[in-house]
Amino acid sequence: MPDSQPFEPVIIGFTCNWCSYRAADLAGTARVKYPPNVRLIRLMCSGRLDPTFVLKALAGGADAVLITGCHPGECHYLEQNYKAMRRYLLLQRTLAQLGVEPQRVKLVWASAAEGVRLAAEITKLVEEIRALGPLNWPTGTGAAEAMFASPEQMVVQEVSA
Amino acid sequence: MSEKIGVYVCHCGSNIAGTVDVVDVARWAAEKLGRRGVIIARDYKFMCSSLGQELIEKDIKELGLTRVVVAACSPHLHERTFRTACARAGLNPYLCELVSIREQVSWVHTDKAAATAKAKAVISGGVERIIHHAPLEPLRVPIHPDTLVVGGGVAGIQAALELADAGQHVYLVEREPSIGGHMAQFDKTFPTLDCSACILTPKMVDVGNHPHITLLTWSEVEHVDGYVGNFTVSVRKRARSVNTSLCTGCGICEQKCPKKVVDTVFEAGLGQRKAVYTPFAQAVPKYPVIDRENCTFFLKGTCKACEKFCPTGAIDFKQEDEMLTLQVGNIILTTGFDLFDAKRIPQYGYGRLPNVFTSLEFERLSNAAGPTNGQIVLRDKVTVPKSVGIIHCVGSRDRNYNNYCSAICCMQSLKFAHLVEERIGATVYNCYIDMRTPAKGYEEFYQRLLEEGTFFVRGKVAEVTDVARLPGEEGKLIMQVEDTLIGKQRRIPVDMVILSAGLEPRYDAKEVAHRFGLSCSADGWFIERHPKLDPVATMTEGIYIAGCAQGPKDIPASVVQGSAAAARVLGRILQKEIALEPVRATIDENKCSGCRICNDLCPFNAILFHEDRAVSEVNPALCQGCGTCIAACPANAISGTGFSDEQIMAQLEGLLLLNLERVPA
Repeated sequence: MPDSQPFEPVIIGFTCNWCSYRAADLAGTARVKYPPNVRLIRLMCSGRLDPTFVLKALAGGADAVLITGCHPGECHYLEQNYKAMRRYLLLQRTLAQLGVEPQRVKLVWASAAEGVRLAAEITKLVEEIRALGPLNWPTGTGAAEAMFASPEQMVVQEVSA
Repeated sequence: MSEKIGVYVCHCGSNIAGTVDVVDVARWAAEKLGRRGVIIARDYKFMCSSLGQELIEKDIKELGLTRVVVAACSPHLHERTFRTACARAGLNPYLCELVSIREQVSWVHTDKAAATAKAKAVISGGVERIIHHAPLEPLRVPIHPDTLVVGGGVAGIQAALELADAGQHVYLVEREPSIGGHMAQFDKTFPTLDCSACILTPKMVDVGNHPHITLLTWSEVEHVDGYVGNFTVSVRKRARSVNTSLCTGCGICEQKCPKKVVDTVFEAGLGQRKAVYTPFAQAVPKYPVIDRENCTFFLKGTCKACEKFCPTGAIDFKQEDEMLTLQVGNIILTTGFDLFDAKRIPQYGYGRLPNVFTSLEFERLSNAAGPTNGQIVLRDKVTVPKSVGIIHCVGSRDRNYNNYCSAICCMQSLKFAHLVEERIGATVYNCYIDMRTPAKGYEEFYQRLLEEGTFFVRGKVAEVTDVARLPGEEGKLIMQVEDTLIGKQRRIPVDMVILSAGLEPRYDAKEVAHRFGLSCSADGWFIERHPKLDPVATMTEGIYIAGCAQGPKDIPASVVQGSAAAARVLGRILQKEIALEPVRATIDENKCSGCRICNDLCPFNAILFHEDRAVSEVNPALCQGCGTCIAACPANAISGTGFSDEQIMAQLEGLLLLNLERVPA
């Protein structure tokens, strides 16, 4: 990407068929505007979200992932959003260990009536990720990128016992 | 790539084409996704039109398409349309995918280039996903012909009678001792001023006597299991403490009961009832209940006056709550509304200034069967007011409380004004924000009131106070209001103020919604499937809503919805069976390690464990397809139709355009 253009993140959003996908529909019907950086995938429930989906998205070029579901206590399948919440918390820790900023994955509850809220949350996330910059695997000092760029310079350092 | 995929990009007039370059999108899909199996990509003005559908059908037949992706509106609107079109052309309907480029692209974005790029990515995701679709057959399940109606107000009564008159069995569950709801409390109904009881009680009696209605009052639904066509409902029939097979409804127990209780439900706190009571004379059923929280015997262990005097020995202090299990195919929720608590607006003085009344209190005051026998008097129950102020929009159309219009208050306030003038000849001031009289005969009623000499003041009342500042205000309630038509502040002294309080969702609406698998709007009303075209169905198959549970409305509208919900249910019953979305989880026994992690995750107990073979199995009749078990299975042994790992991973690749670099398989 040329430097003159501002960084536009790509964000994958997972939505629940019963609440947040409908909230996205509602945002559309009400013509509420939000930035076009987010691309949504519909699941039947946030409980369907396999954490590997998130890792796959981040590995495949997404700069952030938005996970959405029904508010606690309002899950269409009674309580599966709690399972999504548990996985989300674990996932954030895993990402931190991998050197990825945990805020690249965000969990938002949005009921079917909250189109405006969902749009606002998307807008907020896009701004946050714009500020955070693109996701570079693996992140950190930049040494890793350099390492992959010119493997011939990889030096094995000997460490005395 | 063996699949032959057709991509159809809808213009939706200018709804999509105005923001997305649809021609470019279609060209791009044909060119870039050709290697992924797209053999044809078209754009068309209205894909959902019959010509648009024929386009797909023709391509399926002539080009031998094996998959169809339609990029148009939300699948919640037209998925069925395009699936049906595919089925007509001989393609399994589940091999058609609808991707939303209207609600999720053109309507929410303004930058044309960015929107077009996003539309391409969304289509790319749909194409990748559909490669992994499998032909599915909908699950066919029989519909149980019985129906549950929850809430015995006028909407529920109407729904129950429509169904029962058509010969179908109905269970009508009501939490109060009698059906009738709010309408039974009213004196007159606008705009015709028919007596509320005169038109409602015959219907209540019909419900009570109907051979096809099982009436369960003083009862509440505690638990709902199952799905459309096959709900299992647990109802708690609270102990009435009266043996209904012996009780004749003579009312002697009520006369003899020494314990008086303020009736906050039916009399809106204005009157008293006994601890053993029927809420009103025309109650259906006629059997009283003992209110155990207030009955002296239940509190102190002595009294039993009712038992002593009951001529048939019907009083039964030992009766216990009964749990009933009902099998029904469909459920109609008509749980009504709660009145806005006027105490929440302290400047109107309700609860502090005795002669400020709520609308429901006034209904009881003006009702001939009410606590004052229809005498419109002040809180002292003697003084007849000479002037009355009526405040509209109390708790409605007010950002501090509820944004919405409660729909009934204008007409109700006009009715109050008329009744006051007719009965006691007092001067009436109606303080309104806007006068809203939109239904048949309503505007004419307003005109009649204008002619009758009611004073109309256009302005929102700021305060009701008893602090006199000007001569003539002593001992009065003063309404401070800006009359926006003359542009002046006014202080209007009156003897009585009636607050036309708005309607709010039931205090437990959220809990009830969750019990039945519904959603509530931001305001708390149950959400309908479509606000215009499907107002009584909900997103949960087999559950319908009617009356004020769906949003504020008057009696005619509630009755219309009650009938509409009944008609929808009748249609279902006549079909005898229903096709369910085949979105279900399945376990591959060869991969299952028997770890049982999934067993505890399922909220519907749909996963069984076979001890002998040490594998788990999903019962497709109980599985609701949420997919939590699929995500949790460490062995990847569980798969979900329609939402498999392969489908979602492929859609992800498509959305990120990773597929473009991919060589065809």
